[in-house]
Amino acid sequence: MLVTVRLFARLRELAGRAEIPQVLPENATVRQAWDAVVHECPSLAAYGSSLAAAINADYARFTSPLKDGDEVAFLPPVSGG
Amino acid sequence: MRPGWAVGTDRWGTSGGYTEVMQSAEPASQGPANRESPEADRHAISSDPLDPAAVAASVSSDAKGALTTFIGLVRDHNAGQRVRWIDYEAHEPLARRVFARIGREARDRWPDADLAIHHRTGRVAIGEASVVIAAASAHRANAFAACRFAIERVKQIAPVWKHEHFDGGAVWIEGATADPDDEAALRTAMERACS
Repeated sequence: MLVTVRLFARLRELAGRAEIPQVLPENATVRQAWDAVVHECPSLAAYGSSLAAAINADYARFTSPLKDGDEVAFLPPVSGG
Repeated sequence: MRPGWAVGTDRWGTSGGYTEVMQSAEPASQGPANRESPEADRHAISSDPLDPAAVAASVSSDAKGALTTFIGLVRDHNAGQRVRWIDYEAHEPLARRVFARIGREARDRWPDADLAIHHRTGRVAIGEASVVIAAASAHRANAFAACRFAIERVKQIAPVWKHEHFDGGAVWIEGATADPDDEAALRTAMERACS
């Protein structure tokens, strides 16, 4: 299945792009999507322990399953306000 | 700042890398109907300049005797450096949902409190507003508490990032890892609101 990975802020800068399409096995989880992106962009690895994730603009757990066409976003620590 | 919206006389502190202003405001005169505003007016994020009066109007109604606003401004210094401007980036659809969630959380604790949260994205100049929060309630205690709660939650869980530009460079500001289900963070925000 095909999902769209979106990266924000410093993650986006490190990867050099805001969106990375990923082909993943059926029922792959958010964690598997992250691992696939890190495989492609190893400089992101350091963020693995301080990330949040969202599926289709809703916060999600790393254990959440993905489905074909989903957009999964990875969010570094936030600093709004 | 828009003409007609005076800021500065009630400035009372700074924290977390920007200047805070908190002031009570008279509800805008809007005629007798003052109908409940659509929720969409209350949760906004875009590159448009913020309009504190409009944010306040979105929660004002005849049943509300108190309305507080919080305006976060881009400050000219941070961590010993002179700041030139801040570029804000956000996951906008998620941010709107998070603002609505913060409104529901506030209402769980202060049932008569209505909240509006508007955040800016893109380049924001020194002295301009990056976030405006309005809280309305029957009485002042809940309006102040809900307003403080909301800015604490924005800092904890809103998917927004500051890219701070200073003389000679720029840095991404990274605070909390956003986890809306973190009960300890929620308690911290409540405690700050009630302190």
